[in-house]
Amino acid sequence: MTNTFDAIVVGGGHNGLTCAAYLARAGKSVLVLEKRHVLGGAAVTEEIFPGFQFTVYSYVVSLLRPEVIRELELPKHGLQIHPIDSVWAPTEDGDYVVFPTDPAQERDELKRHSLRDAEMMPQFNAMMYKMAHAVKPILGYIPPDPSRQNWRDLQTTRELAKQVGGLDKRTFRELTKLMTMSVDDFLAEYFETDVIRATTGLSGIIGTMLGVRSPGTAYVLLHHYMGELDGAYTAWGAQKGGTGAISEAIASAARSYGAEIKVNAPVKEVIIKNGAAVGVATEQGEEFLADTVVSGCDPRVTFRTLVDEKELPSDLLAAIDNFKFRGSSGKVNLALDRLPTFTAMPDPSLMNGSMAISPSVEYIERAYDDAKYGGVSRRPAMEVEIPTTVDPTMAPPGKHVMSIFVQYASYHSSESRDPDVDRQALGDAVIDTLSEFAPDLQDVILHKQVLTPWDMEHKIGMTEGNIFQGELTLDQLFFFRPATGYADYSTPIQNYYQCGSGTHPGGGVTAGPGRLAAKAILGGKL
Amino acid sequence: MARHTPLHPRTGPLCRGSRWEEWSGFLAATMYELDHVHEYHAVRNGCALFDVSPLLKFDIRGSDAAALVDRVIVRDATKLRVGQVVYATWCDDDGMVIDDGTVARLAEDHFRMTAAVPIIGWLEDGGIGLDVQIEDVSEEIAGVSVQGPTSRDLLQRLTPHDLSSLGFFRCVRTDVAGVPALISRTGYTGDLGYEVFVDPTDAVHVWDSIMALGGDHQLLPAGTVALDLARLEGGLLLKDADYISSFQTVFPVQKTSPFELGLEWMVDLDKGFFIGQKALRREKERGSRWLTVGLHLDVVRMEAFYGEWGMPLSLPQRPWADEVPIYADAKQTRHIGRGTSGSWSPVLKKYVVIARLKPEHAGLGSQVFIEEMIEAVSYSVPATVVAMPFFDPPRKRARATVTS
Repeated sequence: MTNTFDAIVVGGGHNGLTCAAYLARAGKSVLVLEKRHVLGGAAVTEEIFPGFQFTVYSYVVSLLRPEVIRELELPKHGLQIHPIDSVWAPTEDGDYVVFPTDPAQERDELKRHSLRDAEMMPQFNAMMYKMAHAVKPILGYIPPDPSRQNWRDLQTTRELAKQVGGLDKRTFRELTKLMTMSVDDFLAEYFETDVIRATTGLSGIIGTMLGVRSPGTAYVLLHHYMGELDGAYTAWGAQKGGTGAISEAIASAARSYGAEIKVNAPVKEVIIKNGAAVGVATEQGEEFLADTVVSGCDPRVTFRTLVDEKELPSDLLAAIDNFKFRGSSGKVNLALDRLPTFTAMPDPSLMNGSMAISPSVEYIERAYDDAKYGGVSRRPAMEVEIPTTVDPTMAPPGKHVMSIFVQYASYHSSESRDPDVDRQALGDAVIDTLSEFAPDLQDVILHKQVLTPWDMEHKIGMTEGNIFQGELTLDQLFFFRPATGYADYSTPIQNYYQCGSGTHPGGGVTAGPGRLAAKAILGGKL
Repeated sequence: MARHTPLHPRTGPLCRGSRWEEWSGFLAATMYELDHVHEYHAVRNGCALFDVSPLLKFDIRGSDAAALVDRVIVRDATKLRVGQVVYATWCDDDGMVIDDGTVARLAEDHFRMTAAVPIIGWLEDGGIGLDVQIEDVSEEIAGVSVQGPTSRDLLQRLTPHDLSSLGFFRCVRTDVAGVPALISRTGYTGDLGYEVFVDPTDAVHVWDSIMALGGDHQLLPAGTVALDLARLEGGLLLKDADYISSFQTVFPVQKTSPFELGLEWMVDLDKGFFIGQKALRREKERGSRWLTVGLHLDVVRMEAFYGEWGMPLSLPQRPWADEVPIYADAKQTRHIGRGTSGSWSPVLKKYVVIARLKPEHAGLGSQVFIEEMIEAVSYSVPATVVAMPFFDPPRKRARATVTS
């Protein structure tokens, strides 16, 4: 086997695989090196308990860029996403709210809580839709550096300014608010019902060590409205076979273009000669040479672990040290003997959708308070899915898997400083709290997997367990991601590039960074 | 007033939005939920349960049964073995399509046709001088269709017959849920699936038995919109969308031949006499006016057209059936055909259209332009001619269970 390639991608996460697929598609010989036995990074499916497939970390999909689906022909390689489109959220007094997909049904349901909110919801959705549409083109740009005085950067900056400048006054005003406000302040301008605000606002704090009342969280909400599967904004769904099957589809596309992918091949370091990357060395002592080396790892790993820091300017090192990871989310995966019973659920088919434990704004804010100084929320906010209600491939007939996304679990542990204690605390908090709403939950659990941010760092290498490879706050987006001057996927080291979620357009299963990095590497043409 | 099928006691209360349409004189649910999306995904992901009782069913019995069937369909019916089913079309004397459906050979001297256009009189005329008994059994047989990747696992729990031995387009008389049934591995979804025909008095029991196991197999009852989307992806034609029955129009320009509908593969001009044979031979010599093909639309161009109005791309989430002009050029000067049905395909993530084009423009890979109206302005969306079916998973034909 040859050990010389045109390009080597470090890390077989979904973005690394995407970048590899595009490079191979352009005729490059490409090698992907993944340290684990399984591809996907945080987008993996693993059989943690015999017969039960867990979508271990990342669990739903919406933001996957349509151009990637189209250009890499992912449906041919196994991409198949089914909708998860209703949201049900119980309140603490035994009531609930449902957000059905049908507008008339949603209006009827919201009317039970507030006539005003019922009327406001379509207006709110239309506004979010409009803003998502306005911001969307940015997702497709290699970020310019507005401080740089060259034609391309200025041109791109101008195009973007034109795009935003073209918005009507009201949308522009709302967009400005969205970029600066807390998600709850923003939602309070639209809705009066506590549980409606809390549940809608939940996506504003996902993966972010901020509370619903912290400024800057409103943007994270918009980030979650920008998916456009099947040509409709905010359509959320789950991949058949779990999120890992998306990574597998991308890997299959990459292989179809000739890319080589090796698992169990952890990269120790990038080999640098005369300020240029020339290859990589693995932990096993193998060396692979290439004209281009791309890191799909997060910015901390890309700049502080994989390369010798002496090769980097100190302002970049400082920027990377200041880049906020602060993992804030946990994940609990359950194998279930049968479906549980949610006391306040009017129709069991709502289990096909999403279930949110976000009974009130104060509940979520208190969950943040608990974790702010380390440790986990005593009563966390949660987003629960049972993919097996629609996907037969993840558990034996009649059995189920439940995916519970938990906010907050701090990377920095509480007094104990013992990851096992934190993990135990997280598992207990989740099961105890969820049991308040589904009293028979304990009885149906066959197996439980609990993951703290510490676990995520240690299992899949994401710094401080941040699911987005760095928080999605405004100061860490676009030309700030991961650092000014290096948001165009380049690094100070020649031929060394970045393509992870720590680059624009950020986290989630978007495949955007992988595609744009390949575009940058290929000189702007895919 | 459209009538209720034998399954209405179950489908009626389930049809939450009361969204019904008429199908051969019966009420058929277009969707049980307020949207077809979950029902469609059940077809591709788990399985879906359809009430197909309104299908017209014609029984042909007698020592000349094979001879009559061979006389009326364009395929060679004499080759059909007992337990075999074929998809077929039948034509008028001018070689124009009356209908398409399935033909099953249930015994040496017993055939059954499923159809959408009543043809009892026509069959009787065709059977003059033959030893045949022709019977419309449409209302004596109720039917459900279980379609989707988990359909075999579910149905297997209800029948003693080993379904792994039942091939694609094969049928068997057996029991389902303890009552006599005909299981036919056919459907209208382009997926793994089975149609189960039973006595109308047993229909509710069979429905209930399937529904009772549904939770284990990701089953949903589904209506005609989900079915329409699945059949479109499966490249299966729909009467009144992709063609008009020659029995239901008097204008030759509105009629189509099997060649024109892309069914040339099934036309056996060299077999014994069949209705329309002469005309079809003539057409074969002279060439056809049209060819039916698949199209993939260029959604990137389409998005740019919407962008001109400051609007996001709008894709049809439900199948349309219409006559949409198709041109050879973007300036719309050379008209070359029409799109007859189309939809965004969730499983393929492509905008697919069934189109009838002039043969010289219908070659695979040809580029054509289909009209898209945006804000009442006509745009030309580039489209590429592709082979049908658009979606053809291996599990559709596979003998053993294919899990992915």
